[in-house]
Amino acid sequence: MTVPTDGPWLDDAAGRLIRPYTVSGGRTRPTAELDLMSLVMATGAASEMYYGPEHSEALGLCQGPTSVAEIAGHLRLPAVVTKILLSDLMDSGAVTVRPPHNFDNPSDCSLLEAVLDGLRRQL
Amino acid sequence: MAYDDSSDPFPTPFPTALKVLVAGGFGVGKTTFVGSVSEIAPLSTEELLTQVGADTDDLTGVELKTSTTVAMDFGRITLDERHVLYLFGTPGQERFWFMWDELCRGALGAIVLADTRRLENSFSAVDFFEQRGIGFVVAVNEFDGSFRYDPEEVRAAIDLRPDVPVVLCDARIASSGIRTLVTLVQHLLTALPVADAADTAVSSGVVPDDGAA
Ligand SMILES: Nc1nc2c(ncn2[C@@H]2O[C@H](COP(=O)(O)OP(=O)(O)OP(=O)(O)O)[C@@H](O)[C@H]2O)c(=O)[nH]1
Ligand SMILES: [Mg+2]
Repeated sequence: MTVPTDGPWLDDAAGRLIRPYTVSGGRTRPTAELDLMSLVMATGAASEMYYGPEHSEALGLCQGPTSVAEIAGHLRLPAVVTKILLSDLMDSGAVTVRPPHNFDNPSDCSLLEAVLDGLRRQL
Repeated sequence: MAYDDSSDPFPTPFPTALKVLVAGGFGVGKTTFVGSVSEIAPLSTEELLTQVGADTDDLTGVELKTSTTVAMDFGRITLDERHVLYLFGTPGQERFWFMWDELCRGALGAIVLADTRRLENSFSAVDFFEQRGIGFVVAVNEFDGSFRYDPEEVRAAIDLRPDVPVVLCDARIASSGIRTLVTLVQHLLTALPVADAADTAVSSGVVPDDGAA
């Protein structure tokens, strides 16, 4: 089974059109909870499974901790499809994932201080 | 036990991922802003409209047809070895704003860009963040040839609460964007309910108030 090589095409009225079903092997929901900001990193463990070129490409993109959003951007695939690919890689142990820090604790002053210091260093 | 940043269960090299939203009306400079402050080439991340829209097409049958996507600008700033800040430029068109709810989850705060030629276009973004209690600053993106307003005039025109900062910015210049982010974080710090928040805004090793764990 191969993934068709014809790329995405454009629709003037809205965004890009794609066939998500093809890339994700027929599944339309991720098997793990992944956020756009979850950080994914390859473990280096050799995987027995071969999925498809997109999986290899995704794996190649996360040699260091890389966000799901960034991987999706580079793959030029919608976030939901990227999450399915990454879930496969998680299931096979090829990647590990760190969930994002949800800033819901308004007293998390030290975190804001770290952000402020980091931003000031950019100036 | 709750997720706690100080006893980090994830060893290096995993940093803590944080996010800030960049919002505003159509054509106000969101893509430009994210691109100029980002350390990586501007990327766009897409969501399927069919996936996220509650009252749009159901996901059932998605395999049979193509799906429309909506793009979000995406950028990154590595703050230090342990913290990385992600910027998401929200879709400008109001018909895509239902996506913001998901993007808002866990965000530190937001920057609302305003174009003085069309200030009314930033009303809805301001309302949106006010209603959700998300801290934000308004950054007036001064386009060439547009009338120069004083920040206080902008505040009056969009009926902003007195504590919300209004700054001038040029979205094309990285340092201008970074300064806007600095203003946002300072605002978030002063808005903290903790009594000593304003004093600790001077950077130092701050001990979290519940650090007794
Ligand atoms: N003079 C000036 N021009 C700007 C500034 N920021 C953006 N522009 C220009 O304004 C135009 C629109 O900017 P974008 O960054 O694409 O705006 P946007 O908010 O992403 O637009 P949509 O995604 O379509 O809603 C571009 O041609 C930019 O070069 C600014 O600060 N000053
Ligand atoms: Mg844009």
